[in-house]
Amino acid sequence: MDAPSAAGEIVVRERYISAVTAKEPLITPELIAEHGLKPEEYQRILELIGREPSFTELGIFSAMWNEHCSYKSSKVHLRNLPTMGACVIQGPGENAGVIDIGDGLAVVFKMESHNHPSFIEPYQGAATGVGGILRDVFTMGARPIACLNALSFGDPDHPKTRHLVSGVVAGVGGYGNSFGVPTVGGQVRFHPRYNGNNLVNAMAVGLAEKDKIFYAAASGVGMPIVYLGSKTGRDGIHGASMASAEFGEGAEEKRPTVQVGDPFSEKLLLEACLEIMAKGCVIAIQDMGAAGLTCSAVEMGAKGNLGVDLELDKVPCRETGMTAYEMMLSESQERMLMVLKPEKEAEAEAIFSKWGLDFAIVGRTTPTKRFIVKHAGHVMADLPIMELGDEAPVYNRPYTDTPKKPALKASSIRPPMRTPDALEKLIGTPELCSKRWVWEQYDHVILGNTVQRPGGDAAVVRVEDGPKALALTVDVTPRYCEADPFEGGKQAVAEAWRNITAVGGKPLALTDNLNFGNPEKPEIMGQFVGCLRGIAEACKALDFPVVSGNVSLYNETQGRGILPTPSIGGVGLLDDFTKSATLAFKAAGETILLIGETQGWLGQSVYLRDICGREDGSPPPVDLIEERENGDVVRALIADGLVSAVHDVSDGGLLVAVAEMAMASGIGAELEAVPEDTPGHAFWFGEDQARYVVTVPADRAEAVVRRVADASVPVHRIGLTGGDGIEIPGERAIAIKTLVDRFEGWLPGYMSGAA
Amino acid sequence: MKSAVVVFPGINRERDMARTLKLVSGTEPSMVWHADTELPPGTDLVVVPGGFSYGDYLRCGAIAARAPIMDAVRAHASRGGLVLGVCNGFQILCESGLLPGVLMRNAALRFICKDVYLRVERSDTPFTRGYNAGQVIRVPVAHGEGNYVADSETITRLEGDGRVAFRYAGPDGALDKKWNINGATNAIAGILSERGNVLGLMPHPENHVESDIGPTDGRGLFAGLTQHFAKVA
Repeated sequence: MDAPSAAGEIVVRERYISAVTAKEPLITPELIAEHGLKPEEYQRILELIGREPSFTELGIFSAMWNEHCSYKSSKVHLRNLPTMGACVIQGPGENAGVIDIGDGLAVVFKMESHNHPSFIEPYQGAATGVGGILRDVFTMGARPIACLNALSFGDPDHPKTRHLVSGVVAGVGGYGNSFGVPTVGGQVRFHPRYNGNNLVNAMAVGLAEKDKIFYAAASGVGMPIVYLGSKTGRDGIHGASMASAEFGEGAEEKRPTVQVGDPFSEKLLLEACLEIMAKGCVIAIQDMGAAGLTCSAVEMGAKGNLGVDLELDKVPCRETGMTAYEMMLSESQERMLMVLKPEKEAEAEAIFSKWGLDFAIVGRTTPTKRFIVKHAGHVMADLPIMELGDEAPVYNRPYTDTPKKPALKASSIRPPMRTPDALEKLIGTPELCSKRWVWEQYDHVILGNTVQRPGGDAAVVRVEDGPKALALTVDVTPRYCEADPFEGGKQAVAEAWRNITAVGGKPLALTDNLNFGNPEKPEIMGQFVGCLRGIAEACKALDFPVVSGNVSLYNETQGRGILPTPSIGGVGLLDDFTKSATLAFKAAGETILLIGETQGWLGQSVYLRDICGREDGSPPPVDLIEERENGDVVRALIADGLVSAVHDVSDGGLLVAVAEMAMASGIGAELEAVPEDTPGHAFWFGEDQARYVVTVPADRAEAVVRRVADASVPVHRIGLTGGDGIEIPGERAIAIKTLVDRFEGWLPGYMSGAA
Repeated sequence: MKSAVVVFPGINRERDMARTLKLVSGTEPSMVWHADTELPPGTDLVVVPGGFSYGDYLRCGAIAARAPIMDAVRAHASRGGLVLGVCNGFQILCESGLLPGVLMRNAALRFICKDVYLRVERSDTPFTRGYNAGQVIRVPVAHGEGNYVADSETITRLEGDGRVAFRYAGPDGALDKKWNINGATNAIAGILSERGNVLGLMPHPENHVESDIGPTDGRGLFAGLTQHFAKVA
């Protein structure tokens, strides 16, 4: 019964005779490598347990120690993120973050990626991404009230892109629509760097009573551990390991590791879980997400300083003949693990059987701090539970900072076309066009609380019967992050903060979804570290803590990484939803004001890329003090009802912002001449940060200008609303109708194969 | 008005419906579980709300139509009691034989959620008395299978008997292909049963009832029903 270990020496199998009689494969170096474990990581396992692991144990280690579950490359840097704040009830480390919104209510939210599965099987990959994040939220006792997402696809001309867009969007909608949660906002972008790795980041937001939040930590010895939800099948085995590796050629062959979603079961699971929670049956609860039963059982035990004994013969299975290894690593969806109050067993079981869901006691908590898995009379695993999580490898990987790029002088960039032509072209680009084709496939009105639907700066969702409401947004500008990770990280946070502000919300906290390439490459690690520093700095300056998040690394195909994409999901609060601001112009003859400083920053702008054909220069710097001062003024103007329309200035710059306000209303604008010291293209299309466009009834303009100026915030009159086009002195008029046709036309045309 | 909202597993707009019924009629509806066999005594109006009953993995509404509670709903309808089915509820009523025809996949083969315009075809029913005939209302749709189809004989009968209650139209009430968002036969958005006491419609009037949130054109349907029962009582 001796077998060579990876290190070459002979290790005697003593306690694992049973595993051998259970006909498990022998541990070979190839098998270890297939499990994504490096030789030195395997050595660590040997030292930790003092013997060779069984096959099931090897699977458990690979599940716990892969990048996806252990955060081994990112942990040391994530520690630097600010996670505290007046509103924070629960920061990172639980299923989701929890913040206090007053009135005894809490908001529970998180964003998570499902990138790799969505590339391999777009519909199911995206659907189960939504399912997973919803579960994270309702596991904590919250009823989901909104979903958002950030989707990044490859070049529209790439032969796979249309198929991926179609599948991912249908999958996101298919799950959320059936589950019954409104999908109210998000981002969709295209760039060749996502050709082999599209990104699907899904965010869910739930509402709970502040003193009725449920956590994962088990407590009490001998307490029953209950398996809830759907049955376990062979789907998704090693999904988390797949998500922790680069794609080579033939990634599509990994399709069997993508799970299949069942939103119907999830809806039942939601109702059943909320019901048993309300009845006081639950000590601790954890959803089975990545690495399924393994991860959930270990986390519950380890967080509660307890051991766990699992009896796999009790696990409800969809297929016969499943091995311990398969059950421990299955990522079948719509499952939960719960530590039950023993006296409530009958009551809890009745609730689950009413909803037609499986309910099985599969184990007990123990005082031993060991994770013991039994199957068919054999002990298949016997591992120290604390070490499985705590002793996972942590890497401080070498990184090189991204070299700074020189700032481009606007005067050195020759405009290749007139301003009206550039605007008409820009508004119909994949970057800036309307994403209506996408969000009309998402039910965004269900639950009857959607005050501002997709298409604005941030979605506004009423809290119960009001008057409070949440402002929700997802933001990041990957081309900025690529050019300067630090400024890009800052900008992602600042833009989320600004979008919440632009609807009148007070930004409270955020969740981050950090998508990067292979961390074993120092330049990629440098992007990660740089973005994180930027995010941390902005969070501190804007009092906008991180309460939950997710890291997705190894987004590379054949050695080419994605653009660094740290998606930021922001949550803000409005005291009165009826006062939320929208971006549409409201009436003709109103004064248009630009709040914030305009230098005309063209480096890394959409104009530079899509009009001039250059991805070049340093991105606009983010002055966080300015950001805060400008935003605070805008929020106060909205709260006092002084402004009629508000829009933040971001991708595409000032003229694109004005065009969006015009298109949303059908009311045009007569703009004033460009200031003499700024080149026209830089003034209209530069992407300087911390700016907002607002409109004010003409008789109030004077007072508003004075109030903004009194706060030492730059403010300029840039024109008047009115007419059916946008007029700029010395240029031909731009008809709103032409803009709308181009804005609304590109995506449907592309998806129907016409573009 | 005493209303009962039927809840099947997978239904997800039951809360929206209950909230609206309470808001407009002033009375909280009873929620009736699919496995029950009786409606609460004295029920005036039965509502089958939207969602994805049983996941809609089989033909939409097919399983729900065979649930125990549906016998009680059919009995209520045969006594002349009012039944309203919205979205998945409309599909369930078709599958249960209370309404003719079937809802097929949207012509564009995609789920669609947006505000649409409906032309109210008649105002002399308990469901539409809150509107004027020919009035155009704006309400949202949210469905993947709302394309109403029936054999030509049935369509002729529906049209001849004035049983089409709502049609997809433009803001001015004109019919055009571009407003018929799911490709429904004759742009049909909602139909009545032979006796006029059962209404099924795809759009969601229950989501457009509060002025602080948006348009309120859905209110008329519930206000009309409330008046109807106030008068009966």
